Amino acid sequence: MANVSFSDATRIYPNSDHPAVDRLNLEIGDGEFMVLVGPSGCGKSTSLRMLAGLEEVNSGRILIGDRDVTDLPPKDRDIAMVFQNYALYPHMTVADNMGFALKMQNVPKAERQERVLEAAKLLGLEDFLSRKPKALSGGQRQRVAMGRAIVRQPQVFLMDEPLSNLDAKLRVATRTQIAALQQRLGVTTVYVTHDQVEAMTMGDRVAVMKDGLLQQVASPLELYDRPGNLFVAGFIGSPAMNLIEGPIVSGGVQIGDYILPLSREVLAKASNDTSLTVGIRPEALEVAEQGIAVNVNIVEELGADTYLYSTLVGSTDQSVDGQQIVARTSARHKGRSSGTVRLAADPTQLHVFSNATQERLSD
Amino acid sequence: MPRFISAKPDSRLLPLPWETPLAEWPVNLLVALPRGLSRHVVRFIKVGDDVYAAKEVIDHLAQHEYRLLHALMRQGTPAVEPVGIITERGAVDGVPLDPILITRHLEFSLPYRSLFSPGVRQETVSRLLDAMVVLVARLHLIGFKWGDVSLSNILFRRDADTFAAYLVDAETGELHARLTRGQREHDIDIARTNLLGDFLDLQAGGLLQEKLDPLRLVDMVTSRYRELWNELTGVEEFSGGELDRIENRVRRLNALGFDVAELDIQTDADQETIRIQPMVVDAGHHSRRLMRLTGLDTEENQARRLLNDLDTYRWRTGQAHVDEAVVAHDWLTHSFQPVMNAIPAELRAKREPAQIFHEVLDYRWYQAQRECREVPLLEATHGYVRDVLSDLPDEELNLDVLAPVVEDRQLVNPYDPSMGYVEAGEEPPVDAWENQADDQPEASPFLDLAALRARAAAKARAKAESEARDTP
Repeated sequence: MANVSFSDATRIYPNSDHPAVDRLNLEIGDGEFMVLVGPSGCGKSTSLRMLAGLEEVNSGRILIGDRDVTDLPPKDRDIAMVFQNYALYPHMTVADNMGFALKMQNVPKAERQERVLEAAKLLGLEDFLSRKPKALSGGQRQRVAMGRAIVRQPQVFLMDEPLSNLDAKLRVATRTQIAALQQRLGVTTVYVTHDQVEAMTMGDRVAVMKDGLLQQVASPLELYDRPGNLFVAGFIGSPAMNLIEGPIVSGGVQIGDYILPLSREVLAKASNDTSLTVGIRPEALEVAEQGIAVNVNIVEELGADTYLYSTLVGSTDQSVDGQQIVARTSARHKGRSSGTVRLAADPTQLHVFSNATQERLSD
Repeated sequence: MPRFISAKPDSRLLPLPWETPLAEWPVNLLVALPRGLSRHVVRFIKVGDDVYAAKEVIDHLAQHEYRLLHALMRQGTPAVEPVGIITERGAVDGVPLDPILITRHLEFSLPYRSLFSPGVRQETVSRLLDAMVVLVARLHLIGFKWGDVSLSNILFRRDADTFAAYLVDAETGELHARLTRGQREHDIDIARTNLLGDFLDLQAGGLLQEKLDPLRLVDMVTSRYRELWNELTGVEEFSGGELDRIENRVRRLNALGFDVAELDIQTDADQETIRIQPMVVDAGHHSRRLMRLTGLDTEENQARRLLNDLDTYRWRTGQAHVDEAVVAHDWLTHSFQPVMNAIPAELRAKREPAQIFHEVLDYRWYQAQRECREVPLLEATHGYVRDVLSDLPDEELNLDVLAPVVEDRQLVNPYDPSMGYVEAGEEPPVDAWENQADDQPEASPFLDLAALRARAAAKARAKAESEARDTP
């Protein structure tokens, strides 16, 4: 096992004028489950492929443990790509299906058997070892595939959108299995996904990328509670954070006919801005006497929660009019499913961003 | 209603039962052709006289593979021909079904399971592996990373004395402007693992020639790929006095079946050292020439053989100074066509025309050696039909090749070899994981924040405890 370190790692594709990955600096701890997430083209897959040795590193370095692997071919990096292809061979037992590749590495038979048994125990497949794979379910086949990677005992597991080829149900089940398994194995894992819910559910830490640049790397909870910039704020969370832009006025920000109060410290940091963006998570909004005026369009009850889908009412600023606002309240929404209500934001859960720099201003 | 996306629509496909999961299609629509292993449901479907391969696969993969196969076709790479995708399939009970990707069945193709079976000669094995290596190198030359090189994903066709390999499955493929060394190495690494699995599986099923050692076969693929790649793209340096090495390199590449479209030649300031590197090489040196001269579309080595015969014909008929295209036309009407016409119609599905011509030439050579006389082509053709062709199995639509090698065993599903053979006493063991997964509630599309906070708290607790333990 080992830590992984990207240091100023850059990849520029031939005939491209801007880097696909731009000076990536990322330290991944020994045994950590790191998820790279971001929209399509953000550089997450390229970063993983640089670590795998599939993409050249144009500048900067990549280390696995103490070893500089920047120029090493993939097979000398002691990594395993999981799930890439998992043909199961019908005439071989599940045990042989899991362990056959070790023959190429000249692992002696006794050790091969031992490793396979160990992996099978971890995967709940012991009773299947002497079976042929034909009767296995989709999920069991996936586990045999995982077993094939586990028996190699690599320093790092790499997974590039491993669940994208599965149907929805199997995807959720496999997600839980991978996370649990990684925790038990304690092997450093780098996992790429475009799905932020997947990223947040699985990762010890999550690195959010956009346009080849690392935006923020933090634990899922910290990303949620303290997004570092506007992009992360909008990307992380489902339903998404409400991002409302308004001009700075005395004591706060003007949103429609309401002034949302902001602390003096935050306003002081906004000296270069004339307007700010305030981020409010749906659960930080409550229906109240005073607050932001919205037109409720749809009310949805989901379990104990009520979701209000509404649009901002703008009296002075026309540009504000029509923006979607989602509120999640624990209280039942009494009254009509449409009409104007006011939403008060929990002042301790406000995220304030500079429109000039896109960076977070509030603590 | 299902939706058809196709560049070459075949209206006979429209009335097929798209609302039924492919695995449940009525057998009267299917053909049990031998094929490789697959992660997905794959069936051969018969429409009139044509056979298509149908693969049920999730939407983005179906689209991805369809486009890639088209790209490969445009580049003239040997791959199966994409026909279309059927999307928006809904079952009768309203449950949506995955799309089906349709490709044309490659006529005269031989799946690997029939080729490495007991009785196969070492020579044949080497030729199959060489064909595979050439295919991978050709794909790498155009920037295609396969990601899943395996015997199951390759079909072989006879090519004179050798074989030509075709790509069947492009699901994991990626097309780049140029492959990095790491990408190529990784592809080869995957190939090694997959091929080892393929060979060991054949061995476990008693379907591999006993003398063949899977590990050695796999090593052979790797070393042959390296050699070929080096010849195709490697830098060669020599002194200014050895200029003929430029031409030698081009000849060697031609002999391997490649044309050099761009050769980079650099000399140092005093012209003492010359450095050459092929920058663009195209496969199909001989088949392109034959196609240009005769319009015949053949494999590379068939073309080489036919071109040799054309050259001999030119010399024998005293046309050495006549334009090559004119001689080619003459050869086609007086040599090639008469041989084809002499093949009885009912035997024509046994081999492709160019392959038949090649085998007739072989037959004639052996007969001439035996009888110490020149044998006329048509006489040889009749002999070949009588002694060889009539006893060969049909290969156009290869139904018999997988006739059970081990006769007391039966495939679980004749339409899906991935399922293996029927075996007695097969109660599946209890799987605690699956039972647990079944009990889990359906996941919400929203982020479960409570679970996230609980997990973070548990982690913090565990950390605090471990720190407390570590502090004396």
